[in-house]
Amino acid sequence: MTAVQLERPTTSRRGDAVFKALATAAAVLILVALAGVAVFLTLEGMPALQAEPGALGGKDNIVLYVWPLVFGTLLAAFLAILMAAPLSIGLALVISHYAPRRLAKPIGYLIDLLAAVPSVVYGLWGIEFLGPRLGTSYGWLEDNLGFLPFFEGPASGSGRTILTASVVLAVMALPIITAICREIFSQTPTLHQEAALALGATRWEMIRMTVFPYGRSGMISAVMLGLGRALGETMAVAMVLSATGVVTFNLISSVNPSTIAANIALGFPEASGIKVNVLIFSGLVLFLITFVVNFLGRLIAARGQIKEGR
Amino acid sequence: MNRTSFRAAIVPGAAALALAVTLSACGAANETGSAASGDGESSGLSGTLSGGGASSQEAAQNAWRAGFQEANPDVTVNYDPIGSGGGREQFTAGGFPFAGSDSYLTDDEGELSAAAEQCGGDPIEIPNYVSPIAVIYNVEGVDELNLSPEVIAQIFNDEITNWSDPAIAELNEGVELPDESITAVHRSDESGTTENFTNFLGTVVPDAWPHGEVGEWPIDAGEGGNGTSGVVAAVTNGTNTIGYADASQAGDLGVASVQVGDEFVAPTPEAAAKILEVSPRVEGRPDVDMAFDLDYETDEAGVYPIVLTSYLIACQTYEDQETADLVKGYLSYIVSDEGQQVAAEQAGSAPLAPSLAEEAIAIVDAISAE
Repeated sequence: MTAVQLERPTTSRRGDAVFKALATAAAVLILVALAGVAVFLTLEGMPALQAEPGALGGKDNIVLYVWPLVFGTLLAAFLAILMAAPLSIGLALVISHYAPRRLAKPIGYLIDLLAAVPSVVYGLWGIEFLGPRLGTSYGWLEDNLGFLPFFEGPASGSGRTILTASVVLAVMALPIITAICREIFSQTPTLHQEAALALGATRWEMIRMTVFPYGRSGMISAVMLGLGRALGETMAVAMVLSATGVVTFNLISSVNPSTIAANIALGFPEASGIKVNVLIFSGLVLFLITFVVNFLGRLIAARGQIKEGR
Repeated sequence: MNRTSFRAAIVPGAAALALAVTLSACGAANETGSAASGDGESSGLSGTLSGGGASSQEAAQNAWRAGFQEANPDVTVNYDPIGSGGGREQFTAGGFPFAGSDSYLTDDEGELSAAAEQCGGDPIEIPNYVSPIAVIYNVEGVDELNLSPEVIAQIFNDEITNWSDPAIAELNEGVELPDESITAVHRSDESGTTENFTNFLGTVVPDAWPHGEVGEWPIDAGEGGNGTSGVVAAVTNGTNTIGYADASQAGDLGVASVQVGDEFVAPTPEAAAKILEVSPRVEGRPDVDMAFDLDYETDEAGVYPIVLTSYLIACQTYEDQETADLVKGYLSYIVSDEGQQVAAEQAGSAPLAPSLAEEAIAIVDAISAE
C-alpha cells in the first residue's frame, strides 16, 4: 500500500508539471499578445497627437476628432445592451426553467445559430430589410414623441440611424449573453430551488430568490461579453449606420455619430501617412474603453459575490 | 462553472468572426466574368505582372486581366486595389512596374521626380479609365430631373433642403416636384468618387461649395453610405433622396442631367469621354505624359463634366526584358480598341476617343528594356 502511494505522486507529478507549464505558457502567451497590441497601438498612435487638421477631417486636434467617435461607440453599445440584456436573460430563463425540455433544446440551438451569422450578413439585413421597415416607424416616433430629444427628427427615410444600428448590435450580442446566462441558470443548485418552492414560493419568486442571486456575477460577465461585442463590432455598423460625425442624442435622424471601429473600417482603405496614425490612435482609445468597461464589470461582479458570501 | 460557460459563448463568437473574415476576403478577390478574347494573337508572353493602385479601376482591371490572360495563357496579371496613394508609393519605390492612380503625378510631394528617378526617365501617364459620376435620385413621380452645378452644390451643402425649392423648380418646368425635404446621400468612407465630385463643385461653383476638393465628406449633414453600393442602397431604400455614384451603378434609379452652357447633359460614357477632348494638357509635360487638367467649366455642347479620370503610370524602359514585354503587352491591350470596349461593357467606363487612343498606343509601343 505504501509502495502504491509512493509511486502515484511521482507519475502524476510529472503530468502536473507538464500541464502546469502548458497552462502557464498559454496564459503568458495571451498576456504577451495583449501587451504587444497595446505597445503597437501606443507607438503607432502617438504621432497622431501632432496631426494637422488636414489629417483630422478638419478638426483642430485629435481629442476633438476622437470624442464624437467615443460618444457614438458608447451610445450604440449602450442602446444595444439596453435591448439585448433583458431579452437575453428572459430567453435564458425560458430555456433553463420555463420551456418544456423538448422545446428548450431546439430554442437553445437556434439562438446559438445566431452567433454564427457573419456580421456582413447582419449588415446587409440591416441596410436592406430592417432599416427601411424601421424607417416608417421613425416617422411615427417623430410625430408623436418629437418633444423628447431622442426622437427630435427629422426622421430618416432609409432608417439607417443609430437606433437601427443598435437593434442590429443587440441581435448580434443576444446569443452570447443568452448562452452564458442559460448555462449559469441551469446550474443553480436544485436543493436551493426545491427549498424555495417548499417554502411556498411561486416560480417567479423561486427564480428571484435562488436563480438570480446565484447567477449574478455570471450574468454580469455575460452582459460584459455582449457589450464587448457591441463596442467592437465593425462591419455591420459601417454598413448600416449613416455616420456624419456629430454628437447628438437624436436617435432617428440620418445625421449620426460614427463609432470608432466603423470609422477605422471606412477610413483605412484610402488612408496613408499620418491619417493611419490617427486611425490607430482611435483604436487605442477603443482598446482602453473596452479595458475599462471590462474592469468595471469585474468590479461589480466581485462586489456581488462578496455579498453572496456572507 | 464560469469557465465552461465562458467557452460555450466564445466558440460561436469566434466562428462568426472567422466566417465574416473569410466572406469579406472572398468578396475582394471576386473576379468579373469572362471578357472577349484576343483572337489567336498568341505572343509567346509568359510570367507574372503585379501592379496595383486606384480602387476605382478595379472592375475595369479585372476585365482587362481576364481578357489579357485569355489571350496569353502563360501570363498572370495581378492588380491590387490598394488605393491611388498606395499605388503611386509602390510605383516610385519600385514595388509595382505599373500603377493606377486617380490623379496624375505631381512634384508637390516629390512624387514625379521620384518616379522619374525610379524609371531612369520620364514616367508614362495615360488616362486609361474615364467614368461619369451620376447624380442619382429617388423621388416618386419625377422621371427626369435637370440640375445646375450651383443647385447640386447647394443641395449637398444643406442649403437647399426641399424638393419644391424655387431654384430646382426653375430648372424643371412642367415637372411636379413634391413638397418634401431632401435627403442628400454621400460616401461615408474616404473615396476618389467624393474627391472628383467635390473637385467639380469647388472649381465650377466655389461660392456655393466652399469646401474645395476633399476625399472625406466635409460637413455634418446628409446621410452617409459605405462605398458606392452603400450610397446606391441608401438612395434606393430611402424616400426623396439624392446622391452621387459611378454612373454604371445607378441601376433603375433616376439620373439627373447636369447643366453645361445652356443645355442639360445626361451622364453617358460618350458625353464623359468628351471632356478629355476639350481639356488642356498639364503644362511642361513630355510627350509620353498624357496628364490632363480637366476643364470642368467647359460649356462645349454634349460634354458631361462630372467624371472620374484614372491614369495608368508606367516606365518607358525597364531593366529586364520580361517585365518590359509584359508591361508593354498588358498596357497595349488596355488602350487597344478591344480593351476599352471590354471595360465599357464590364465597368461602364467611357472608351478613349480615337485620337487619344492612337497617341496612347504609340507611347505604349515604345516601351522597351534598357
